[in-house]
Amino acid sequence: MSVNYNVLGLVFASMHDAYVSELTKQRTMGSIPFGGRYRLIDFPLSNFVHSGVSEVGVITKSNYGSLLDHLGSGRDWDLARKKGGLHLLPPYSQTGGIYKGRLDALNNIWGFVEHSNAKYVIMSNCDVVTTINFNPVLKQHMENEADITLVYSRGVYDYEKNKCTTVLEFDGDNRLKDVLVDPQFSGECNIWLEMCIITKDFLKKIVSDAASRNQFSFTREILQGRRDDFKIMGYKHDGFFTKIDSIQDYYLANRMLLDPEKKNALFRKDMPVLTKIGDNGPVKYGLESSIKDSLIADGCIIEGTVINSILFRGVKVGKDSVVKDCVLLQGTKVGENCSISSVIADKNVEISNEKVLTGSETYPLYIGKGGKI
Amino acid sequence: MYTKKRVVAMLLAGGQGSRLYALTKNVAKPAVPYGGKYRLIDFPLSNCTNSGIDTVGVLTQYQPLVLNEYIGNGQPWDLDKMNGGVHVLPPYETQAGASWYEGTANAIYQNMRFIERYDPEYVVVLGGDHIYKMDYSKMVDFHVANDADCTISVIDVPKAEASRFGIMICDDKNQVTDFVEKPKEPKSTLASMGIYVFTWEKLRKYLIENENDANAKREKGEPWSKDFGKDIITSMLRDQQRLFAYEFEGYWKDVGTLDSLWEANMDLLSPSVPLDLYDPSWKIYSRNSNMPPQYVGDNANIENSMISEGSTIDGTVDFSILFSGVTIEAGATVNYSIIMPGTVIKSGAVVEYAIVGSDSVIESRARVGSSPEMIENRDDWGIAVVGHNVTVSAEKVVAPKQIIGENI
Repeated sequence: MSVNYNVLGLVFASMHDAYVSELTKQRTMGSIPFGGRYRLIDFPLSNFVHSGVSEVGVITKSNYGSLLDHLGSGRDWDLARKKGGLHLLPPYSQTGGIYKGRLDALNNIWGFVEHSNAKYVIMSNCDVVTTINFNPVLKQHMENEADITLVYSRGVYDYEKNKCTTVLEFDGDNRLKDVLVDPQFSGECNIWLEMCIITKDFLKKIVSDAASRNQFSFTREILQGRRDDFKIMGYKHDGFFTKIDSIQDYYLANRMLLDPEKKNALFRKDMPVLTKIGDNGPVKYGLESSIKDSLIADGCIIEGTVINSILFRGVKVGKDSVVKDCVLLQGTKVGENCSISSVIADKNVEISNEKVLTGSETYPLYIGKGGKI
Repeated sequence: MYTKKRVVAMLLAGGQGSRLYALTKNVAKPAVPYGGKYRLIDFPLSNCTNSGIDTVGVLTQYQPLVLNEYIGNGQPWDLDKMNGGVHVLPPYETQAGASWYEGTANAIYQNMRFIERYDPEYVVVLGGDHIYKMDYSKMVDFHVANDADCTISVIDVPKAEASRFGIMICDDKNQVTDFVEKPKEPKSTLASMGIYVFTWEKLRKYLIENENDANAKREKGEPWSKDFGKDIITSMLRDQQRLFAYEFEGYWKDVGTLDSLWEANMDLLSPSVPLDLYDPSWKIYSRNSNMPPQYVGDNANIENSMISEGSTIDGTVDFSILFSGVTIEAGATVNYSIIMPGTVIKSGAVVEYAIVGSDSVIESRARVGSSPEMIENRDDWGIAVVGHNVTVSAEKVVAPKQIIGENI
């Protein structure tokens, strides 16, 4: 894909951190590990890069040490550039403290956006995982001469389970009619993927306007408050997506990748998801290993049995151990003769020999980073 | 600009690697895949980086496309440097005309200007077809401590195999007194590993001398050569220069033949082989293909194997090395084999004791190779090889020892 200097990408790396508090205790949304070898920010960054966007700002809020470590210079996404490239935008608020919403954050980093020569801005969160080419969205946005184009997908929303979900309704012309945050119903609807394209001049107007009115929330003040004043359109994305809004959901979202159809929709050959390279060796399977229906990242050494699980880089499973329905993050060590099921083990957890740990499908057992059992 | 480096490495990426036949048809030997996610050249390049050597010239003249693309700017090995870094050095034309590299010594002779840009004290000369992890900085220290002119890395080999190597005869202080290439009756078991440290000033002198001598001989119609072992080392010994043998302990394997390439891969599966690819303090770096983790399906049976990212395994895999993006369908069997990147083994196919090159397809119920027990006459048995981008059609058979470079 050739480079499109007309578009600036903005990633909100810390939106909705609070919903997965276990995982964001020592990190932020964007640096949550996902899918065996990735961090959530890899998905928006790869979407941008494969859409020709090579100027990207990453807006952080708090706990962003692991995010900075992951991103480095942006080289692994081909974003270590002289022209454009990756820009880290640490938190800073003119109204004191850290920013309170997307409009506030944008106001504080406006100098960066202003400096860009781009005509359009694509904003994306990290809590929605999908693979999308933004070029058709941009084309539609330009053809419609829209102020804002919201990217949504058809999906099943469950009031009991889902949190921080924005449901959209459009009229026959695809123009935004209604915006509901966490509405009290369940069923198939248009779910906002927390991505949108905005014409930069228009964005400047709403950001400065919001600042002077002391308004922070993009969803509340713009999408809900001004939907009739502005030309806000929808773009339907048909690919696989998953939104991570709880630890249970995180568990399910990872294990969805065991469905080859979903996995292939996310990891397209023409749009590989880029990530920080770990230089791990291949997976080593021992003499009596047995593996069924699992996703295993490089650097794992498996001597036991693994069923229906996601193993991140460098996980070790000892002899005669059984790992079932688990999500084991980078560097987890499971000793010998253990039996663990429905467990999420955060980075570098060590489970010593002969341990039995059991969570449930609907309420997985979470073991914090570096925990020793 | 100030560009001085204490040590510069020159990597002899070799020629065609004709003994690897089908695997080097369009690929230079150092770019041949090894160990599930590496290429041969990853080992010397990673060793350089881990040893603190950040300036490497790669000398190559055979099918450079894949190798050039693979090395790129050297970033995967941390060799993208403001000053130094990795440089691929193909033969080039000068006012005096153009010439191909006429031997290992000549390849370096033709690139003396590259070395001199860095004004080094020492030059490390490396091969591109050996699997080993080695700290070259320790060898340079040894060279300096002995006030040597040339230090040759050696490994103790079994007496029965010594006649396959260049053998060093040393005194009790490790000083080399004699060197014999592939002796019929070896007087020592110290085999040259093809890794040299030279004091640059000395190497420069002998490269020029060898070049002039060989050219003079050629004009007279006499036999000539421009080779490291044969000419440079021999001349230095003749002149009683200080040559030392640096004894290496650890895993070292020449992968110049199909059999040894297969063996070197299988070695990774043996717990007794001391080659650790999982040591974080001495990683072997490689260019990454950015594929998702491997998916192992419900029908899979995997034991004692190494498998790389992007692969989809739903068949039986035993004692095998699978590279990135390989597909083993349900009902396919792969035993004691090496399957290179992007290859598909379809349902009902059997691959045993074989090397299958990259992006090939083994169709349903085809058979590649066979176990030695199945063959009556052991002389008829050997590794079966399928080259890169080759399709073996349904129910076709590739016999042991057979090498296939075209679709069948």
